[in-house]
Amino acid sequence: MDYVLSLILIIITAIFVNNVVLAQFLGICPFLGVSKKVDTASGMGMAVTAVLVVATIVTYLIQVYVLNVFGLEYLQTIAFILVIAALVQMIEIILKKTMPALYQALGVFLPLITTNCCILGVAILVIQKDYDLLEGIIYALSTGLGFLLAMVLFAGLREQLDLVDVPKSFEGVPIAFVTASLLAMAFMGFSGVDGGLKILFGLQ
Amino acid sequence: MLVVLTVIAIVAAGVLASVNAVTAPQIEKINAENLAAGIKAVMGSDEIQVSEPWEKDAFVVYDIDDKDGNKIGKAVVTAENGFSGAIKVLVGFNTEGDILGYTVLEHAETPGLGAKANEWFQDKIIGMNPGKSNFTVSKDGGDVDAITASTITSRAFLRAIQNAYDRIMAEKDATSGATKQVSAADIETPEVIE
Amino acid sequence: MNNFKVLVNGIIKENPTFVLLLGMCPTLGTTSSALNGMSMGLATMCVLIVSNFIISLIKKLIPDAVRIPAYIVVIASLVTVLQMVIKAYAPEIDKSLGLFIPLIVVNCIILGRAESFAAKNGPVASIFDGIGIGLGFTLGLTALGAVRELLGTGAIFGVNLWGEEYGMLMFVLAPGAFLVLGYLIVLFNKYVKKA
Repeated sequence: MDYVLSLILIIITAIFVNNVVLAQFLGICPFLGVSKKVDTASGMGMAVTAVLVVATIVTYLIQVYVLNVFGLEYLQTIAFILVIAALVQMIEIILKKTMPALYQALGVFLPLITTNCCILGVAILVIQKDYDLLEGIIYALSTGLGFLLAMVLFAGLREQLDLVDVPKSFEGVPIAFVTASLLAMAFMGFSGVDGGLKILFGLQ
Repeated sequence: MLVVLTVIAIVAAGVLASVNAVTAPQIEKINAENLAAGIKAVMGSDEIQVSEPWEKDAFVVYDIDDKDGNKIGKAVVTAENGFSGAIKVLVGFNTEGDILGYTVLEHAETPGLGAKANEWFQDKIIGMNPGKSNFTVSKDGGDVDAITASTITSRAFLRAIQNAYDRIMAEKDATSGATKQVSAADIETPEVIE
Repeated sequence: MNNFKVLVNGIIKENPTFVLLLGMCPTLGTTSSALNGMSMGLATMCVLIVSNFIISLIKKLIPDAVRIPAYIVVIASLVTVLQMVIKAYAPEIDKSLGLFIPLIVVNCIILGRAESFAAKNGPVASIFDGIGIGLGFTLGLTALGAVRELLGTGAIFGVNLWGEEYGMLMFVLAPGAFLVLGYLIVLFNKYVKKA
């Protein structure tokens, strides 16, 4: 029971309290780059979530059954990034062959994902936090959902921004940053929620 | 082209292995030095012998003797959840359980709070005995002033030390056959606004 | 003279922080103080200079089809070397930058410069490009860190100017990162880029 509650805590913390974009600053490039429209933003968010889960499983297994076994922990960064790059290519090929409709929707985002630092970041964090495989998967999934949430909210705000007069020097990127700042401020309202839930769940 | 990639990968692995061979002992040395310096600082003495640590629950305890082998006390690594993650503290006790010193090892609170806690409690809790005084923040009726505007962090910090104290005292009682029971830490109501 | 132009180009016309908007994750994530920002900038600069140099040397040996994976291997090895050296000789920096050191691998600046500059130019010019872009990145991060530290804690590089009581903590936290960067880009566009 405690284990289930701790999983729920991981989910809530990763989505709201330690949001990957707005609190941890991972995956900022796509957050700024593909957030002009809600539908592209949600496409990117879903593609990242899918890759995150698969990449975390594979990198976890590599860490535990290859790197740790042979004492090669220092090859972690290089092994993880190569695995992620290869994985993204494979997902792209498989999607193209088996699910053309989904490929249509997500395909364009896949090449961009290799250099999305939230994938490598989460893969490393799962190892650092000493999660087991299930916790790692849940953590990756909810981090992806947190990313999706931030993307969609931000894209919604930016769509509205198109309709208003912005001072000339703020047009484009600067006003996007100011908007992101306000969004991050809103998410700060969740800080401390994880601690409260921990007490509520009796995990402390 | 596979040949080229393989060659690059082998060269890279070779370079990393040799750099690792040079830096790994240095990293270990620096960690050991930091720990030794931390223990000396919290025990308030340079001339000490540190035992191999023993771990109990979540605590890591070092028995500290002076250079003639007399017991000085214990240094304990202890952690408690603060406002946004665990606060890890190294705290030194003498044999009576009086606090000799402490240092914050890790924390995930607001940036700068760790350094602040390192200074703030220095003249407030050193010399105190968590078993004999009311070791909570003054807001909860205790004897220690909390860091301004950081009550939750201060509570967690004090609780970490209290837990460490309870742990080593329970251990001491168990070995000396005493029956004194350690009271559970008071459960505090969470605060809405920090 | 030409190399000098390459250098200035990286600091002003193609400033990675304010103009190209590359490497935003470490830019926002590590600039809670001027010192942290500068350390991150310098760490990235080291990797960038060496990776530009190596890639411009070996570019002719690498078949086009495996170009990107080969570059990634080179960059990832450099980053790992840097990570080990920092851990061994500057553990304080390792503590404050944490996760963002291994993440230099996926900093788009490095792969971007490898593709767009080092793969087309000689080793010497590539080194200068690395220094220029690296300095531009370091300056950007230091400026951002300095403003956030000053507004957030009333100090710059740890030197107290008007006291912590007047600091607005928000600037050290996540929202401040976005806000200050947005405003700095506006100022950069208005005053530096035009000149």
